[in-house]
Amino acid sequence: MNLDAQVPEGPLAEKWDRHRFDMRLVNPANKRKYDVIVVGTGLAGGAAAATMGELGYRVKCFTFHDSARRAHSIAAQGGINAAKNYQGDGDSIYRLFYDTVKGGDFRSREANVYRLAQISLNIIDQAVAQGVPFAREYGGLLANRSFGGAQVSRTFYAKGQTGQQLLLGCYQALQRQVAAGTVELHTRHEMLDLVVVDGVARGIITRDLVTGEVERHSAHAVVLGTGGYSNVFYLSTNAKGCNVTATWRAARRGAGFANPSFTQIHPTCIPPSGDYQSKLTLMSESLRNDGRIWVPKKKGDDRPANEIPEDERDYYLERIYPSFGNLSPRDIASRRAKEMVDSGHGVGPLNNGVFLDFEHAIKRLGRDAIEERYGNLFEMYEKITGENPYERPMRIYPAPHYTMGGLWVDYNLMSNVPGLFVIGEANFSDHGANRLGASALMQGLADGYFILPSTIGNYLATLPREPVGDDDPAFDEAESSVADRTRKLLDVNGSRTVDDFHIELGRLMWDKCGMERTETGLREALDTIPQIRERFWKDVRVPGSAATLNQSLEKAGRVADFLEFAEVMCWDALTRDESSGAHYRAEHTTADGEARRDDENFAHSAVWEFNGPGDRPTRHVEDLTFDHVPLSTRSYK
Amino acid sequence: MNLTLHIWRQDGPRDGGAFQTYQAKDISEHASFLEMLDVVNEELIKAGQEPIAFEHDCREGICGSCGMMINGVPHGPRGMIATCQLHMRIFNDGDEIWIEPWRATAFPVIRDLVVDRGAFDRIIDAGGYISVRTGSAPDANATPVHKHDADRAMDAATCIGCGACVAACPNASAMLFTAAKVTHLGLLPQGQTERYARVVDMVHQHDAEGFGNCTNHGACQEACPKGISIDTIARLNRDLMVASWAAAGE
Repeated sequence: MNLDAQVPEGPLAEKWDRHRFDMRLVNPANKRKYDVIVVGTGLAGGAAAATMGELGYRVKCFTFHDSARRAHSIAAQGGINAAKNYQGDGDSIYRLFYDTVKGGDFRSREANVYRLAQISLNIIDQAVAQGVPFAREYGGLLANRSFGGAQVSRTFYAKGQTGQQLLLGCYQALQRQVAAGTVELHTRHEMLDLVVVDGVARGIITRDLVTGEVERHSAHAVVLGTGGYSNVFYLSTNAKGCNVTATWRAARRGAGFANPSFTQIHPTCIPPSGDYQSKLTLMSESLRNDGRIWVPKKKGDDRPANEIPEDERDYYLERIYPSFGNLSPRDIASRRAKEMVDSGHGVGPLNNGVFLDFEHAIKRLGRDAIEERYGNLFEMYEKITGENPYERPMRIYPAPHYTMGGLWVDYNLMSNVPGLFVIGEANFSDHGANRLGASALMQGLADGYFILPSTIGNYLATLPREPVGDDDPAFDEAESSVADRTRKLLDVNGSRTVDDFHIELGRLMWDKCGMERTETGLREALDTIPQIRERFWKDVRVPGSAATLNQSLEKAGRVADFLEFAEVMCWDALTRDESSGAHYRAEHTTADGEARRDDENFAHSAVWEFNGPGDRPTRHVEDLTFDHVPLSTRSYK
Repeated sequence: MNLTLHIWRQDGPRDGGAFQTYQAKDISEHASFLEMLDVVNEELIKAGQEPIAFEHDCREGICGSCGMMINGVPHGPRGMIATCQLHMRIFNDGDEIWIEPWRATAFPVIRDLVVDRGAFDRIIDAGGYISVRTGSAPDANATPVHKHDADRAMDAATCIGCGACVAACPNASAMLFTAAKVTHLGLLPQGQTERYARVVDMVHQHDAEGFGNCTNHGACQEACPKGISIDTIARLNRDLMVASWAAAGE
């Protein structure tokens, strides 16, 4: 597997600029002779399709949603980072770069991260020009807030709906191109396979989710902006439709899957309330600024919170981390909460949460001040739980939230399969082993608006301008394999529903490959996953037909892919015999229970090659070097 | 709790539909409305029947995918929420619930509770954007925006495109949807250049899609999960009038 990262020569700060000069260009009159497929219409895919349309390429864009405005980018609450230094508080491109590499626990590529920090400036300009209504100060200039433990205020936001506003800006730019005829948008179409001709990506196979028709689409290049795979855990904060199918299908066709075990858990979500729970809702992390986290000291104490006296409460984060306390980083706060619940101190009807208590803050600042800061979040909590957080503490618990892993890409965002580009959460770049708050939107838009539309030209310029046909035998093979698989899923006609299998897989992954992993647990998972997969193909029941809208069938295909992908995730977690960022191996901890990296042996990205379902995948590595940010250990005590 | 559900079932766009009755048993008051439907669907599948098709995705009230008439009210009785944010504690044991898709000529039913809202996208295509090529933007702070305008623009921009306004309107008008976008962009300095062409083109497309006229019932505002005000429609009408005077003067 060729894992040459293609990082340009020259000083860090000049690499992108030099590269832009060195790259081949496609003459404006020739751009319309190139077809590009973009799968996904979130921030990355939507931005890429819109921008390539503006440039004059012929773009075909696909989403399984009914509209390009629905992708899960829309649910991002907090904000988007940019090194504008509008606050004059000492921010700079270099500082954003430094924070991101360090926050990623030294498992990302320096050159990519530096470029991301550089481009962050352009993203804000672009969004404002599109009419994204960011929060403003009374003087009319843009407001910022600090986020995710950063020591500068570099986060731009639009109430708690930053993702929505950025996505709508992107969607409007995309629809403008649809109207202009440069982008052909296919809604309610799901990509079910990648077509690789002589080792080069040449098209995709889709299913029309309304008519069931299986279609082939060819192009000079294929771009995947298909998001992350947190739903491998079944319960996550991701939208229900989020899935691994597009990237996994590409992996099956030869694309390397990098660091699949790097999955982020968010510490402040609302705990499940019963077996019917379909997804988890995130509560903004900002709540930890004023809320105090505690559990009863006594195991199984089911008295209401207000009847538990002060000296019988364990404010465990304040106790263990006196200097950072309730503001300890996401992974630490999450693990400690799990420990409390696992050891019998959990609260709530199912004993599956910890308290996040505003009693002291309300006493200190008054109810009005708390309402002004968190009113909408309190309201949201009340809507979901029926409990009033002004009167009784919230209950929170960690939940899967974001996946840093994804398809491997080089500096040009091209995978090891020539012609296949991967952007946004779907690729593995930039965040290393842990993503900082407010950096996901930044990366999606940097890839989509600014990086891919330049780098793809460098690739296309090498290709003949004749249209790519869809009559190669590789298209026949891919199309019939999609149709066969659909038929197989419908033919099993067993006794268990798709969700039933998904829940079983999700529980296993959460227990064995969630926020704490051990060799024993991962080996157990690797034994169990093939058994679940086998049962799935023998006993799943998918009602209905392939020729209509069939949501069970859609889910079945996605769960079947999760059942293969989960294994690679466990192999990755098992063979990364260290703790780093969000990947926490219980065997590798410091004396005081913190994650311990092993830079000697694991300062690399692990890239997995698919060898067939059930066969052990091959692990390749891309070594990482840190010339600018010295390797150091985090400490929050 | 146990509930009796009357749900609209329709195989496809060209098939006739009808209400069918289902029993939802042992539903937790903490479950969401969509989770209640999940439970019913799991039972249907186990019983060898096809589950009820409905759209949903984020399940936290922001993607705009979900939406259904619940006892004749878009997104149900609670107000200021999308269907996914409705929880069962608002219902009582033994309740009967009638569940239907959005009903509008411009939103044809695809299956059961799923409708085609593509008309909304085409209204945006007609002008619901600011024409700015990637890379051509000036510095974000080059143009200050009065906080009052920015806040009002945000209030309008919060539309999730769910279609509840259309479903609530006795005329099946999409004027609130259209006006929200016209208001969002028209309040910002960046949106001025195309302001009047935008309103004319978007309203033209709105009418071409088969949405009805606005006759100021205000039902849309009541149904909107994001509380978007019909003041936006008044603003749209003002802009439309200015645009037509300008056209008459040319």
